[in-house]
Amino acid sequence: MNVLMPTSLAEACTLCAKHPGVIPMAGATDLLVHWPLRQAEHDKSYLDLSKLSELRGVRWTADSLTLGALATYWDVLQDARIASVFPLLPDAARQVGAIQIQSRGTWAGNIANGSPAADGVPVLMAYDASVTLASAHGTRTVPLRSYYTGYRASVRKPDELIVSIEIPLVACDFAVFHKVGARKAQAITKVGLVITRLASGSQRWRVVASSVAATIKRCPTVEALLNTGTPLKAPADLSAAFAADVAPIDDIRSTADYRRTVLARLLFHSLQGVYDGAAAP
Amino acid sequence: MQRLEGLSKLTGAERYLDDEPLEGPLKGCLWGMTVRSPVSRGKITRITYGAGFDWSQFVVVEPSDIPGPNETYLIENDQPVLAPGYVRHMHEAVVLIAHQDRNLLRRAVASVRVDVAPEPPALDFRLTPRPDQIQRGSDNLLKKLQIRKGNIERGFAQAHKIVEGEYETGAQEHVYIEPNAMSAWIEDGPTGDVVVVRGSMQCPYYVLNALKHALKRDESRVRVIQSPTGGGFGGKEDYPSTIALHCALLTLKARRPVKIVYDRSEDMAATTKRHPSLVRHRTAVDQNGKMLAQHIEVILDGGAYVTLSPVVLSRGIIHAAGPYTCENVLIEGKAVLTNSVPYGAFRGFGAPQTIFAVERHMDRIAAALNLDPLQVRRVNLLKDGDTTSTQQVIKGGTDRHALLDQTLHIANYDAHKREAEKFNRTHPYLRRGVGVATVLHGAGFTGNGEVYLNSKVDVAGRPDGSLEVLAASTEMGQGTNTVFTKIAADAAGYDIADVFVGTPDTFRVPNSGPTVASRTVMVVGKLVERAIDELARQVGQNGSPLRGPALKSAIQAWHRANPESELKGRATYQPPPDVKFDDKNYIGDAYATFAWGVCVAAVEVDLRTAAVRVLDFVAAQDIGKVINPVLATGQVQGGVVQAIGWALTEEMKFKDGGMHNNTLTNYIIPTSDDVPSIRVHFHENPYPHGGGGAKGVGELPMDGPAPAILNAVAHATGADPRAIPLTPERLLPLLR
Ligand SMILES: Cc1cc2nc3c(=O)[nH]c(=O)nc-3n(C[C@H](O)[C@H](O)[C@H](O)COP(=O)(O)OP(=O)(O)OC[C@H]3O[C@@H](n4cnc5c(N)ncnc54)[C@H](O)[C@@H]3O)c2cc1C
Repeated sequence: MNVLMPTSLAEACTLCAKHPGVIPMAGATDLLVHWPLRQAEHDKSYLDLSKLSELRGVRWTADSLTLGALATYWDVLQDARIASVFPLLPDAARQVGAIQIQSRGTWAGNIANGSPAADGVPVLMAYDASVTLASAHGTRTVPLRSYYTGYRASVRKPDELIVSIEIPLVACDFAVFHKVGARKAQAITKVGLVITRLASGSQRWRVVASSVAATIKRCPTVEALLNTGTPLKAPADLSAAFAADVAPIDDIRSTADYRRTVLARLLFHSLQGVYDGAAAP
Repeated sequence: MQRLEGLSKLTGAERYLDDEPLEGPLKGCLWGMTVRSPVSRGKITRITYGAGFDWSQFVVVEPSDIPGPNETYLIENDQPVLAPGYVRHMHEAVVLIAHQDRNLLRRAVASVRVDVAPEPPALDFRLTPRPDQIQRGSDNLLKKLQIRKGNIERGFAQAHKIVEGEYETGAQEHVYIEPNAMSAWIEDGPTGDVVVVRGSMQCPYYVLNALKHALKRDESRVRVIQSPTGGGFGGKEDYPSTIALHCALLTLKARRPVKIVYDRSEDMAATTKRHPSLVRHRTAVDQNGKMLAQHIEVILDGGAYVTLSPVVLSRGIIHAAGPYTCENVLIEGKAVLTNSVPYGAFRGFGAPQTIFAVERHMDRIAAALNLDPLQVRRVNLLKDGDTTSTQQVIKGGTDRHALLDQTLHIANYDAHKREAEKFNRTHPYLRRGVGVATVLHGAGFTGNGEVYLNSKVDVAGRPDGSLEVLAASTEMGQGTNTVFTKIAADAAGYDIADVFVGTPDTFRVPNSGPTVASRTVMVVGKLVERAIDELARQVGQNGSPLRGPALKSAIQAWHRANPESELKGRATYQPPPDVKFDDKNYIGDAYATFAWGVCVAAVEVDLRTAAVRVLDFVAAQDIGKVINPVLATGQVQGGVVQAIGWALTEEMKFKDGGMHNNTLTNYIIPTSDDVPSIRVHFHENPYPHGGGGAKGVGELPMDGPAPAILNAVAHATGADPRAIPLTPERLLPLLR
């Protein structure tokens, strides 16, 4: 195992350019899983980000919250203002692994890992976060909703590092995070759903689904249905819209049928009392 | 009394084999690993050792290196130590490899290709095998057993109603905290070299017998020592014989010490599991729910080899009729060969499977008759003087009706039921319910098993007057050492500081039998007491057994008079009087005694996700006498948690006949967040033939929770679930 240990972001970017294929390493909670069994990974080179203090922690500006690429779930849980402004961030953070993982795992690592079952990504997406990438050639910012291009594939180039995640300060009057796992803790999401509603505007609803497509996904068809106030009498009234947005599969953790049914039921029941078009159950 | 090794386990100071430094006899040790079959059945056509490795630097063991028969000594010896050119299940051991560098070894093992000409595997035990799937006899049966009482036709002829049902349970992985691990080295002995095997195990003498058989050595040339063992639950009953043989073969070939430690996914894929089952009930009842005839068919998936399936089936059918009496009973059991990993011992040993079926069936009888499930239980529950399916007359003075009533009271059953029904009328998507199960568990070996075992315990009196208990019964987290210390101290009138329990080592301890079947405290504990009597007689005058300080001084005096000599009292098992079992016809006293239990579960079902949450759980049991309340409570709570997992989430998923979800990420055991506080109640009624008055406690807690929980789900939702694990994916379609 070859580990490079840059001490500044500039040095890190240079190393990325010099060592094509080097693998960035933050909390390593994804990278080291089943390590003894993954012998081929032992031969690769790693870029340890832990010395890059400029990437640590969370910062507030007048119109946004920035999570540095080394910001952990624990950092977010420690920040009282986050809990009041973006309550879904701690909601999700508390459901990632347990304390050990929460204190090492980073939000950026969660994004870069690209799992369709990630728990950090959907809440960031529902708050319309964007991702800033840096390389020896400069930096660029992309909206998280268009970051993924396919299963574990993204717009990030091999020599780019995620340096920060920005969340715009926009008021929501409704926000909910659902994680359906096979048990109450230490579970990988089988069906995930995040809903936010902006306090004002005409396109107020954001719906993000996880574990029901190749990537974490915004659901534009479902959002349009809600934005137009379509009456909903039963979960089944959401099925067609979800079918346009997501494509669940059978896998080792669940079934396509289960995922489809539960997704619609979760959204339907979450809307009770907050959605004008929703019928009483 | 505090658990002896509690603090060292709590602080992490206790070392399992994998944590131990490679010092002493393990200095210079090699790591051993196993090349496994990639398919479920077929003839091995070629084994190719990967390019890029200097194979002269590795130790490789193939079947031809086995000194004796290529057989794992157990009931039928049909399981090879290494696949003899033919594999019968995925992940079966084919070749062993050792090297000093663990990572290099992992790569080398991964480079070995085993080519197999595949043959059609039998993978579903519920189906009649096709001719090309037959691999044993004419029908793939591993064992067939029957219990017959009265005449079921007579009962069915008088039936007010006949209730039928089919119930299924899945495989379960033990998930002991320490995966299987073994070490081996060679020592000099008076009659030649000695193969020493030290590792994680429940039954040192099973391992010894397996080594003697396949290595062709007598017991002076093989020695088995238990290392601190992180849990077993039956998973370290027979499997350690396999890994011990592997380790010993590598050591014999390398002439160097060898250590094999499975990683979790290898352990999950390659070692034994709980037998999956299918149980069919056909019951004749009268208007009050009284059973007039029970016809029960039990089918167990045995996996690829016989291993322990005949005895698991035996216990399964004996418990299949539940804690009830019925005049006419026919129970037909079979264990079937399939090409999956051999199913083996697991806490309860067949009883949880058949009790799940009968307890779920009792509620379904009640539903069919429109009766309260408690009434159906009450009219059938065994009273002293009644007989079981094997015509064993129940005695001992435990009032099972009172135990049921008392448990319902503790559980707040009526209030739970009323409140659940009220809650369900208004909540948009949550449904609550309560369920009950009444259970029994025969403690100790079945039938004449204890007589055949002929267990022995020694208690040594040491020069300083202290006592050392010498038994092969192992401490694996359940508290054997603590309880033996207490039983011995009580029997001798000693302070616990003057009592020691020796490490199981076949050069030092006699065979007190396997550490299984809830027998350790009840059977072996009694032998500890009797061995102390014997010791006290040896040092006493004119046969009067000494106790306390008098015993201590007498032991010291004996040693002064007999320097350099060993002082030991020995006890050998004697069955309680009047216990008789006909093991041909399955008639008589299947167990010297039964432990009794009642479980009450309160659950909540989320109709959005079909997830079941257990809100409250009460487990009450008559285990004779509680020796250590904390340990006994821990046994019950742990058993209930394990049963909650079996009932709701622990689904073993297969791909091409092998375990596919062999990680703790995807094989879902409950976390502390998934279980309610488990309220434990003991009903004491000392059993005169058990150590300290105790009956077995280890397995009973596994029997009741699954049916109690499913009965509660049925009450909550009106659904009729009959298979476990009742995962949300399985429950969802039942709720539509
Ligand atoms: C026991 C356990 C439980 C878990 N539970 C959950 C859970 O409940 N929910 C959940 O979502 N996840 C869970 N995870 C997964 C993991 O903890 C999270 O995905 C975590 O956010 C990853 O962050 P990390 O810093 O550890 O990433 P790392 O493991 O360091 O990296 C993950 C990936 O991201 C890349 N990467 C990291 N940082 C950067 C960067 N700055 N720029 C570019 N690429 C980068 C790495 O190269 C790697 O491919 C669990 C993991 C474990 C071991």
